[in-house]
Amino acid sequence: MTQVVVFDYGTGNVHSAVKALELAGADVTLTSDRKTALEADGLVVPGVGAFSAVMAAFTAVRGDDIVDRRLAGGRPVLGICVGMQVMFEHGVERGVDTPGLGEWPGTVTELPAAILPHMGWNTVRSAPNSELFRGIEEERFYFVHSYAAQSWTLEVMPPFPEPRLTWAEHGAPFLAAIENGPLSATQFHPEKSGAAGIRLLKNWIGTLNR
Amino acid sequence: MSLSVRVIPCLDVANGRVVKGVNFQNLRDAGDPVELARRYYEQGADELTFLDVTATVDNRSTTYDVVRATAEQVFIPLTVGGGIRSVEDVSRLQASGADKVSVNSAAIARPALIAEIADRFGAQVLVLSLDVKRSERAESGFIVTTHGGRTETDLDAVGWARQAIELGVGELLVNSIDADGTKAGFDIALIALMRANSRVPVIASGGAGNVSDFPPAIRAGADAVLAASVFHNAELTVGDVKRELTDAGLQVR
Repeated sequence: MTQVVVFDYGTGNVHSAVKALELAGADVTLTSDRKTALEADGLVVPGVGAFSAVMAAFTAVRGDDIVDRRLAGGRPVLGICVGMQVMFEHGVERGVDTPGLGEWPGTVTELPAAILPHMGWNTVRSAPNSELFRGIEEERFYFVHSYAAQSWTLEVMPPFPEPRLTWAEHGAPFLAAIENGPLSATQFHPEKSGAAGIRLLKNWIGTLNR
Repeated sequence: MSLSVRVIPCLDVANGRVVKGVNFQNLRDAGDPVELARRYYEQGADELTFLDVTATVDNRSTTYDVVRATAEQVFIPLTVGGGIRSVEDVSRLQASGADKVSVNSAAIARPALIAEIADRFGAQVLVLSLDVKRSERAESGFIVTTHGGRTETDLDAVGWARQAIELGVGELLVNSIDADGTKAGFDIALIALMRANSRVPVIASGGAGNVSDFPPAIRAGADAVLAASVFHNAELTVGDVKRELTDAGLQVR
């Protein structure tokens, strides 16, 4: 069975992420244990709350180093919500600029929308050839956030595959999901997106161990 | 395409059972909360709200059990309200599987509670629940009440919502005490007023009796609609409401 670790560093409701991944077919462990997190077939980085608070809690248990090491070895990581946002270089919330993990260039900023947070079920323009959205391209997913990555600047040279970018819109276009080699991420909550979300997690689990 | 209208069944829970009464009085049993939650999920509910109306603090642990059991089978956002008085209460509810919490009278008694929760967990976890009544005492025409509408505060509904948003709430649950339980439709003027005075999502609550009651609430500016008894009594399904919204030209999931 595919082993997945949900990284446990005291953020939000991780109970649902664990249950959803189990339903999607993974053997799930909720832990911040370094060895277990490094060895798992897939690592999920959840994240809820302020960018700075998430970064502080995540680095306090050396989550930054675990993500670096996994990615250096080509081992899959899936960031969810603020767990996606911290993969970028910076996050700016209420004028406070916090360094992120810097796996991707760019800054996470507030959406220019009349009503925030962006809360509810929205459509996405899934990337051509997306593995995550296979079979669920037309579904809606559950978002709850005020900040997002609104541009993509990473240039990828062959032989590395072109990142698959999935966009959504609330006030402006923003990145709803990214599939970039071993590092994937969703701004929405697949574990809160009903049957479509479970299917997305199943699709991700299916890419592990390849 | 854009955000779809959210349809949110609300389950008033006491001692581990769903209850319903008119204007929060004469509560009667309406079923097992986990079973009902599962049914609404299968009908296409976009979110679920549990409101703990247990009279005593002792019995609150049963609500945590209900949330935990629900979160294991229902993969949509869960909001829990009732009796939340501290950051620790929010922590415990999140650990049980809640995504959002709603605060009401505890925030009226001590508004700093809003900032404490928002600073720790972010605005997106925090819903301000307002039980609102028409009153000439309020400048806006609507006053905030407590104790299920029996006690009027000195807070104007618009002013209190503005203050709470400033302190960090991410959503407003606007419940009309005048309309609650009457099944005569939502208070449209109230919804429009709250929409015009806030930049966070607004959930309309109180008064739903028929499918035709829902589209006007959305047109008045609500981002979501919440109802309890019409769903519990199986008078309407979530699907019925969504079909009506679709027929009215509104986007649903």
